[in-house]
Amino acid sequence: MKFSEQWLREWVNPDISSHELSEQLSMAGLEVDSVEPVADEFHTVVVGEVIECGPHPDADKLQVTKVNIGDTEPVDIVCGAPNCRQGIKVAVAKVGAVLPGDFKIKKAKLRGHPSHGMLCSFKELGLIDEHEGIIELPADAPVGEDYRKYLQLDDNSIDIDLTPNRGDCLSIRGIAREVGVLNRMDVTAPVIGEVAAGIEDTLNITLSAAEQCPRYLGRVIKNVDLTRPTPVWMTEKLRRSGIRSIDPVVDVTNYVLLELGHPMHAFDLDSLEGNINVRVAEPKEKLTLLDEQIVELDEDTLVIADEKKALAMAGVYGGKSSGVTEKSQNIFLESAFFAPDAILGKARRYGLHTDASHRYERGVDPQLQRIAMERATELLLAICGGEAGPVTEAVAEEFLPKRDGIILRASRLGKVLGVSIAEGSVTEILERLGFDVSFDGKQWQVGVPSYRFDLSIEEDLIEEVARIYGYNSIQAAPPAAQLVMTGRKESQLSAHKLVDAMVCRGYQEAITYSFVDPKHQALMFDETAALTLPHPISVDMSSMRVSLWPGLVGAVAHNQKRQQAVLAFVETGLRFIPDDSAENGVRQEAVISGIRSGKAHSEHWSEGDRGIDFYDVKGDVEALLAQTGNASAFRFVASQNPALHPGQSAGIYCGSEKVGDIGALHPKFDKALGLNQRTFVFELSLSAVTQRPLPLAKPVSRYPSIRRDLAVVVDKQLAAGELIAAMENIGVKQLVDLNLFDVYVGDGVPEGKQSLALSVTLQDSDKTLEETDVTELMTKFIETLKSEFNATLRD
Amino acid sequence: MQLEQIVEQAESAIAAADSPTALDEVRVEYMGKKGQLTELLKGLGQLEPSERREAGQKINEAKQQVQTSINARKELLKAAELAQKLEAERIDVTLPGRHSAVGGVHPVTQTIRRIEQFFGDLGFSVKEGPEVEDGFHNFDALNIPANHPARADHDTFYFTPSTMLRTQTSGVQIRTMENEQPPLRIISPGRVYRNDYDQTHTPMFHQVEGLMVDTDVSFTQLKGILEDFLNHFFEESLTVRFRPSYFPFTEPSAEVDVMGKDGKWLEVLGCGMVHPNVLKAVGIDSEKYTGFAFGMGVERLTMLRYGVNDLRAFFENDLRFLKQFN
Repeated sequence: MKFSEQWLREWVNPDISSHELSEQLSMAGLEVDSVEPVADEFHTVVVGEVIECGPHPDADKLQVTKVNIGDTEPVDIVCGAPNCRQGIKVAVAKVGAVLPGDFKIKKAKLRGHPSHGMLCSFKELGLIDEHEGIIELPADAPVGEDYRKYLQLDDNSIDIDLTPNRGDCLSIRGIAREVGVLNRMDVTAPVIGEVAAGIEDTLNITLSAAEQCPRYLGRVIKNVDLTRPTPVWMTEKLRRSGIRSIDPVVDVTNYVLLELGHPMHAFDLDSLEGNINVRVAEPKEKLTLLDEQIVELDEDTLVIADEKKALAMAGVYGGKSSGVTEKSQNIFLESAFFAPDAILGKARRYGLHTDASHRYERGVDPQLQRIAMERATELLLAICGGEAGPVTEAVAEEFLPKRDGIILRASRLGKVLGVSIAEGSVTEILERLGFDVSFDGKQWQVGVPSYRFDLSIEEDLIEEVARIYGYNSIQAAPPAAQLVMTGRKESQLSAHKLVDAMVCRGYQEAITYSFVDPKHQALMFDETAALTLPHPISVDMSSMRVSLWPGLVGAVAHNQKRQQAVLAFVETGLRFIPDDSAENGVRQEAVISGIRSGKAHSEHWSEGDRGIDFYDVKGDVEALLAQTGNASAFRFVASQNPALHPGQSAGIYCGSEKVGDIGALHPKFDKALGLNQRTFVFELSLSAVTQRPLPLAKPVSRYPSIRRDLAVVVDKQLAAGELIAAMENIGVKQLVDLNLFDVYVGDGVPEGKQSLALSVTLQDSDKTLEETDVTELMTKFIETLKSEFNATLRD
Repeated sequence: MQLEQIVEQAESAIAAADSPTALDEVRVEYMGKKGQLTELLKGLGQLEPSERREAGQKINEAKQQVQTSINARKELLKAAELAQKLEAERIDVTLPGRHSAVGGVHPVTQTIRRIEQFFGDLGFSVKEGPEVEDGFHNFDALNIPANHPARADHDTFYFTPSTMLRTQTSGVQIRTMENEQPPLRIISPGRVYRNDYDQTHTPMFHQVEGLMVDTDVSFTQLKGILEDFLNHFFEESLTVRFRPSYFPFTEPSAEVDVMGKDGKWLEVLGCGMVHPNVLKAVGIDSEKYTGFAFGMGVERLTMLRYGVNDLRAFFENDLRFLKQFN
């Protein structure tokens, strides 16, 4: 809500600066967004009258004028505006004037003619830039008066960002009330009398949808002249409140809207067919709106209709056929109370947000309709002439909002706020707010005025008391609570710890958007239908991620474009897998994912320079799994994944459950994804790696351990992991470590075979192992390898 | 005299020996089985018994003298050899060390972790929840019925009229209150979504919301805990103000501003006393229990804390940006 400070001060004028006023409003809950002067800086501009005006002898488009500016002699001014003519009152920048943009007015000659000043346009004074030509002032503008003073331009436009509950402050009247309360001052409203009927004409009003529209006032006004200009005092107030002047009828209804907070509507009386009916729309009923748009109305939409057709969408938008135009001579004015529930959501549904719907949705004072009608009539007649008929009111009292008294208990006030405010102060605050208050020693019985439709429960009053008492007058105190320990499960590993483990290995934590480019996601996950946002920010942010890989790939591509050679990112978050059996149709699975691309490390004088490979990333994942204290429970099994290199990808299993994937990103996507280096990724279900079994301590053997190395030749196709698993599964309890330390293919190893070298560390908990024991155990291993993998020992 | 000459020769040979090998050759020359001094000893037998004793003593003294010189020379040569070896091992200690790259935690996460720590110390537990939410948990249970003007302020990403990306983490509070009875002390950090994108808005950002419900929780305490938090988060004593505001799920409601270094107020969080309708919606007796709730924008706090100007930088994942926080 934007308004003119001066206009507000006509209602209530506390002795505080603009800055103090805006602070006060903000601290009362009416947050001031901006305070801006209504006119740019300029000076030495006065009201003048063009007393002579003729063509310039040497220039077609210029006119030579003599302008009376209240000095002894009129001044010569050359002017190029087409609307410059003899007799009009104008804004004259005198010699010595400085206009916005530091534009100085000096004595000049234009095509040989002296020009001692300038006739100004609105644009040149930094006011509005839509008007053509020079400013034309009303005939009664006093010649010689300072223009700023004449228009009271030393004023501010204050813009407040009102919360949805404070619909009562969407007007000068409402804000003035609030300022009055804050400054303990009376508010002076303009005197609004009754306009006596000069004619008998009326329309009957039927409330067919009385629940949605419990009160409707109408009035016929005849013989108005809508070609007359709206007075400058009104257009200025409108302008300073952010509203453009259109024509006298629109201007007056907007004025009343701003002044009293009551929306009104005017119909062209001569286009109406019969009487007025407020009803819901008929099935498939159509309405052509003022902006020419044709809408098909839903059957819950309230309309104002005559006997033949819908005229307007009630409280939201007027209709074309009954719209007032410059030619209208007779009009029908509406001032109605529509229930908020009848209007809520309609404007949004039809895509029509208007000042009227904004107010009706939030609530309008149900007792204000007649005052608004009188105010609008009076203003309209003053501008356009004409005669008004009597006001016709249709009301369904039973559907008007009922205001029950609200009880505020002193004990509850103390409990919620945590401070004790003197009872007298509470009473005083409630009374200042215009409430009807009685206190019985324990509680206040509070009657709330009709304009405070936001108040209905005890907490509403607590907030009002706190607000006026001042939030900053309420002291701060630490919460007191029972010292109850928070459970900290030792077996639960936090995701933070896993991220830290990766950070220690050089990973940078990334945060990528949960919605990704569907084109990128489809490359990697063509078998998964992702959840799609119907109204995304942009198409490339429209698909909910089914994996963190698309986002991480984006992060890598972004950095590769910026010459970063060593890239490692880790991210935790949800992936979204559509699943009808899940809550809201989507499984939201927490995962930890990583990506590496480019070099293994930054170039180093002694370490050389190499690109990363699968085993770098596998090592990272193994380090991550080690955090669970249960790394041996996880296995890597070669697998096929459409996103990954067919020969360099694995599923990660815990028991028989697949808990993750790792591999080289399939190189065929590199170009489309914007990658220029080999890229490796992994993703693990967080729930699988955040369980840490409690350690169960075993005694440490006091006997020496013995290491034996073993080199076996097996098929090249054999996965080393299988061989190691087979050795572990024999159940040799003396086996304390098994490490594959060499893989060899080449001279001395037959074609199609590989040599794997393992170190076997044996240790017994009860005795020192003798050579015969060791030989016996080693034989077991060798026999198993021979029988299961057809292995031969290598010399 | 022969012995003296031998010793003299030996001493000069020792001094001339420039390696352990050369020194050893000298030792053998004089002290070995056929060494000159050994030979002298062997010749004692030819002397008169009366002379033998004195001559033997002299030869032994000479031997001892030569041996002492050899030992001293040996030590000297060893020390020189070690010094030479060490000199050969001299390196440039200013060359860069061998790297074990260390990454870093995202600044937004760093802020979340700090907030979790502050409130965790006060017994608040961390709760998380789904990001695709239903209308009940994101709006209805929070006292925001359908068509409420506050819904329009949220710029919600809807999937269907009843499912959406959560616009706030408050749904987690509802889910917690559905399952647990007071006393409750929780915070819920996480991603939230609004359909808005410019220099000061990203369609995804992070919030941490907090909730405390107990028999005597008051607005005074809400002020206390938040002022305490802000002073500790920014590690300075800030000027803080509580400004009346409106959220459908709290009443009284407030926005909290801190005074920036430029003297301007900056909004950092929203809060209030839990609205009785919210407690009712989850079956908590609002007469017996009161509660406060607060919500803070993590990016906002991070920007203020570290001087970040452009919100969008948090989600570009540009290493040059992220590394500044490592």
